[in-house]
Amino acid sequence: MKIHIKNGRLIDPKHHIDATQDIFLAAGRIAGIGEAPANFVANQVIDASGLIVCPGLVDVSARLREPGNEYKATLESEMRAAVAGGITSLACPPDTDPVLDEPGLVEMLKHRAKQLHLSNVYPLGALTRQLAGQQLTEMSELTEAGCVGFAQADRAIVDTQVLWRAMQYAATFGFTVWLRPEEPYLAKNGIAHDGEVSARLGLKGIPVAAETLALGTILHIARETGAKVHLCRLSTAEGIDMIREAKQCGLNISCDISANHLHLTEHDIGFFDSNCHLKPPLRSQRDRDALRQGLADGTIDIACSDHTPVDDDSKLMPFGETEAGATGLELLLSLTLKWAMEQHIPLSQALARVTHAPADILGIDAGHLGLDARADLCIFDSDQYWKVEPKALLSQGKNTPFQGLELVGKVCYTLVNGQIVHEA
Amino acid sequence: MYNPQLTKDGKLKHLLTIEGLPRAILNQILDTAESFVGVAEREVKKVPLLRGKTVCNIFFENSTRTRTTFEIAAKRLSADVINLNVNTSSQSKGETILDTVDNLTAMHADMFVVRHAESGAAHFIASHVAPHIHVINAGDGRHAHPTQGLLDVFTIRRYKPEMHNLRVALVGDVLHSRVARSEIHALTTLGVPEVRVIAPKTLLPKDVEKLGVQVYHDMDKGLKDVDVVMMLRLQNERMSGALLPSAQEYFKCYGLTPEKLLLARPDAIVMHPGPMNRGVEIDSAVADGKQSVILPQVTYGIAVRMAVMSILAGNSE
Repeated sequence: MKIHIKNGRLIDPKHHIDATQDIFLAAGRIAGIGEAPANFVANQVIDASGLIVCPGLVDVSARLREPGNEYKATLESEMRAAVAGGITSLACPPDTDPVLDEPGLVEMLKHRAKQLHLSNVYPLGALTRQLAGQQLTEMSELTEAGCVGFAQADRAIVDTQVLWRAMQYAATFGFTVWLRPEEPYLAKNGIAHDGEVSARLGLKGIPVAAETLALGTILHIARETGAKVHLCRLSTAEGIDMIREAKQCGLNISCDISANHLHLTEHDIGFFDSNCHLKPPLRSQRDRDALRQGLADGTIDIACSDHTPVDDDSKLMPFGETEAGATGLELLLSLTLKWAMEQHIPLSQALARVTHAPADILGIDAGHLGLDARADLCIFDSDQYWKVEPKALLSQGKNTPFQGLELVGKVCYTLVNGQIVHEA
Repeated sequence: MYNPQLTKDGKLKHLLTIEGLPRAILNQILDTAESFVGVAEREVKKVPLLRGKTVCNIFFENSTRTRTTFEIAAKRLSADVINLNVNTSSQSKGETILDTVDNLTAMHADMFVVRHAESGAAHFIASHVAPHIHVINAGDGRHAHPTQGLLDVFTIRRYKPEMHNLRVALVGDVLHSRVARSEIHALTTLGVPEVRVIAPKTLLPKDVEKLGVQVYHDMDKGLKDVDVVMMLRLQNERMSGALLPSAQEYFKCYGLTPEKLLLARPDAIVMHPGPMNRGVEIDSAVADGKQSVILPQVTYGIAVRMAVMSILAGNSE
């Protein structure tokens, strides 16, 4: 299959390309940019006039709910949602049921994902068995099975001795440790940012210190052990300041935020909107502004979907009893563009945060359009608005705080391995 | 801003929280309650305003007192009353709140009085009931207990009619108290210029001053020259642990004794939403003293609840 994509505005942040150029795909790879390779005869021509052609998006946190939670979502439904959102590579956290702590499970997940011929799936293995924070997993074996890093999802390691050893062990092999900084005692039973809104609505708060305390501990151990650490879902201005400082000191760390937190604050909870029940909680406007700034100046490396499909019943309860999370795969591109537009960030710089930056941190060859790279592309209309309607989302999770909102950026084509997997 | 408690033309459809309600509606409720105070003193303690209507008390959290006052209020309005204690065991059998509510709707109830341990439960139910049903929040988690807030300001208004010239102090566990939140909103909406909260830092929510109150940790300073002292209940399980060291120390620092009450204005009134912990938050000499209006609060509670029910029923579309 040979595809010629013509007249599009080609943006490849990694190679600093932003120009109207044609691109040529053959045998699942990028065969030429600007000029067709010798003897290239296209089977299909895509006219991308007026559209942006960029690397397929790379999302570092997409819960696919398989195995174990198929009533919430299935691999197939979520992978279709991913490609509809222009995401061609995604990492999934290990908090499935059973937990991804055995090589066999990882192999099976990779195998099932591969058969669907949609996005490429890169599992994050569990850092500790059952995510219980006590015993290390077989990280080397899990890496051979296909894991690209080791995470605890939303479960903190309470015992700092174990955390220390886990980071030491991972550092031995150069594996990246993925941790969401949240001190479990301070966050216990918390459901909202500890601030004005939680005071008013009578919701148990999670203080800013829950993030900064845990972050301090992790950064300290990272310094001692030399472990490569990726910090997930930062939510506070103070947290971002700590990351900035740690990076300046040369620590081998990176971090991400969820696209939800780029736009929403505690006030969006309104009258107990359970779609705004997220982990970490939506914080103050000051925090949100710091996240937006941090992503712009590079302190924050990545924006991710933090895709967490939840079944309707688990959201149809009083706020505190609902399950946290929001669907996100189909919104990541639009929410990134919205941020870029509002902050006057060049498109290429914005796309870098959802393409090659996450690919580099995952250590995978994706998120760019270099010659002979895997032909994963997203072609979208950066001017077209679309309305977020839960029923129209392909993800089985319809839960999003953005429902009813008009967002900019409509994905027209998604290609994985040189094949069109989504066309709108 | 959209307010889920009001109809499109601004009338009260549900009573979920006092926050965001216009002063005119609060005054309407208080004025209507005024007219019901006399009903209890008549030989026939009934008015026919809710005749033929069914009021359903759905209590997901146990409460005898509040349920009884709602029941009496509904019966004095001639409504039929159904009491339903949906304790946690039947919820653990798998029935969701919505299932319970749908079942009662199918039985043609007209009004739900709801209590639940989770903040936001009343809003949740109100947003899912059939359009003809009115929901009254009888307490949701730490969030709101609007009829308690209303009966408290009703009591204050009766003893201290000049609301715009009052200093009111709330003392105790504001953090966990839905009563405190409702009282604060009721007082500030009605134009009380100075509302104080007095508590140790462990019993105050972060950013509590954004609710429009002044924060005191020293009870002697906080009580100085106030016109109204509103005591809050301290739950047993919070008396010793990480929030407070002991009930004794709490009483020593924040219990209302006759000596401390001397710091308030000489004509100050003392209130408590009940049930009281004598010797923990309030000294018996104060609770039973001549400045106490704790029992009138209970009496007025029925008139206020009658007012709320009759206004809601009158606002049916």
